[in-house]
Amino acid sequence: MTTLDTTAPKVVKKTNNSGVLGDRIFKGTAFFFAAMVLVVLFGIMLLLLKEAWPTFAHFGFGFFYHSEWDVVNNQYGALVPIVGTLVTSLIAIVIGVPVSFGIAIFITLMAPNWMKRPVGIAIELLAAVPSIIYGMWGLFYFAPWFANSMQPIMTSTLGNVPLIGQFFQGPPIGVSIFTAGVVLAIMIIPFIASVMRDMFEVVPTALKESAYAMGSTTWEVVWKVILPYTKAGVIGGIMLGLGRALGETMAVAFVVGNSLELNTGLFYPGATIASTMANEFNEASGLHMSSLIALALILFIITFVVLSIAKWFLLRLEKVQEGSKT
Amino acid sequence: MTTASTMTEETQPNSRVIGLKMSGALKESGEREALLEKIDSVRQIDKAKLKINDLSFYYGKFKALHNVTMQIPDKQVTAFIGPSGCGKSTLLRIFNRMYDLYPGQTTSGEIMLDDQNILSPSVDVNMLRAKVGMVFQKPTPFPMSIYDNVAFGVRLYESLSKADLDERVEWALQRAALWTEVKDKLNQSGAALSGGQQQRLCIARGIAVKPEVLLLDEPTSALDPISTTKIEELVHELKSDFTIAIVTHNMQQAARVSDFTAFMYLGKLVEYDQTDVIFTNPGRKETEDYITGRFG
Repeated sequence: MTTLDTTAPKVVKKTNNSGVLGDRIFKGTAFFFAAMVLVVLFGIMLLLLKEAWPTFAHFGFGFFYHSEWDVVNNQYGALVPIVGTLVTSLIAIVIGVPVSFGIAIFITLMAPNWMKRPVGIAIELLAAVPSIIYGMWGLFYFAPWFANSMQPIMTSTLGNVPLIGQFFQGPPIGVSIFTAGVVLAIMIIPFIASVMRDMFEVVPTALKESAYAMGSTTWEVVWKVILPYTKAGVIGGIMLGLGRALGETMAVAFVVGNSLELNTGLFYPGATIASTMANEFNEASGLHMSSLIALALILFIITFVVLSIAKWFLLRLEKVQEGSKT
Repeated sequence: MTTASTMTEETQPNSRVIGLKMSGALKESGEREALLEKIDSVRQIDKAKLKINDLSFYYGKFKALHNVTMQIPDKQVTAFIGPSGCGKSTLLRIFNRMYDLYPGQTTSGEIMLDDQNILSPSVDVNMLRAKVGMVFQKPTPFPMSIYDNVAFGVRLYESLSKADLDERVEWALQRAALWTEVKDKLNQSGAALSGGQQQRLCIARGIAVKPEVLLLDEPTSALDPISTTKIEELVHELKSDFTIAIVTHNMQQAARVSDFTAFMYLGKLVEYDQTDVIFTNPGRKETEDYITGRFG
């Protein structure tokens, strides 16, 4: 017994020692790659700043709010692409989030068992469809159909509503800010829906059952228990979709119309930051190139701000949950 | 299955059983007397809250409950004991139609709550669940404040003024013996409480809607001994207002808290009687074997 007692710890200690070395190597490697994330992020930012500097030096703050984008006269203002980016993404989120929510709730709570897996897999497949395919579909099928059937209806109804009526105007050509928003919505729905579904699926059965046991309807269970329980993940999913919508290039370039004129009507052709860059990079040089890179920097900042707002919103939600009675 | 049916049909005199376990007056009584007493005690359920009549339950084609007939007395505690998989939780989950959530789970027979057959398809399940509350094995506080947790069910069914709602929340927390511990932090998250407190919060949430029946599905199996004692005391307190059905793995707990005990085995109700009879003078050998720890 005594022999056993004295030898056993020695053996353990030996293995521990070699483990410590392995741990150190692993820790060092992991640290290196984690640090690389920061290095790459700041590297991109610095490079963009450097390349965009001539534009900011030339136009000053006016670059952000001037709407002329005139290559011939070397006059550049970023307002149209900035507004286009924000509006198309907003349309995509407004359409995409409720639809994704419905899909996710249906799959987790209502779908018969034989349907859950096929629909779930189909959603993941949709998320993997390359964006250019959405763009071509949008240009060749959706845009003409929309111009001929939906747009006249919307213009003649919503277009007559005071205040918001001015947004539903434009020529019936199909390619427009609105079309781009709808195509983006279709593209981000699979992302948001699959994240939401994953979130809803990890809600403990006991929690759902207790909500039902209180006599809640499915809607009340979803709205009052499942959604608060999963809100961090759900908002994360929406942000993932929003991030994709803000940066999406090819699909938008196909259907947005690529016009750098400022219009209030959503059915006018427009441009986003990404689509402008994709269209003009080839023939750009000098101040034009610098302005395009300045656009890229702005997109970078917009994405960063959107993510920060989302994080802040989450923190605030948590505080509200702890700090108020009703 | 075969074992169970032979066991149920067994008519072995249980004088041996009594001789082994019993003391006092009951010691002298033979099998016949015990049987008579059992019939008497069942008759004593003159105010039955739930009348279960020939109830069977199916998971798909698998018959999980076999023709259960029993009556659950009003404002008493009825305990369901039996080895894992005997159908006791399944039975409990029929009382509030929890099985409705899952396609393929069906019942036959009837359960009368007062004068209404709760298994009838025409029953409004949400209203039934307002009358028949349930507390689960693991504490399940909703992701909201303590106050909102308790007010959750009340808000679904009643539109009370702020003052009335405050009063109701306080009442429920008082009844659940949690008020003194949480009265200063009602707006904190329910998830921040300890396990035992969370379970009492769930009980408060259950009784806040003033149900008629309270179902407790192994309410203490995830709790420490002190919390368990508190919940047991609470069950004892609550039976003045509610009809309580409790499923438990812990036989001492059943003996401590319940007035009536049902022993189930392999989906069948083997024996149902006053708790002291079940634990001191069981009528069947399977019950005896189970409560003395010979199987299960």
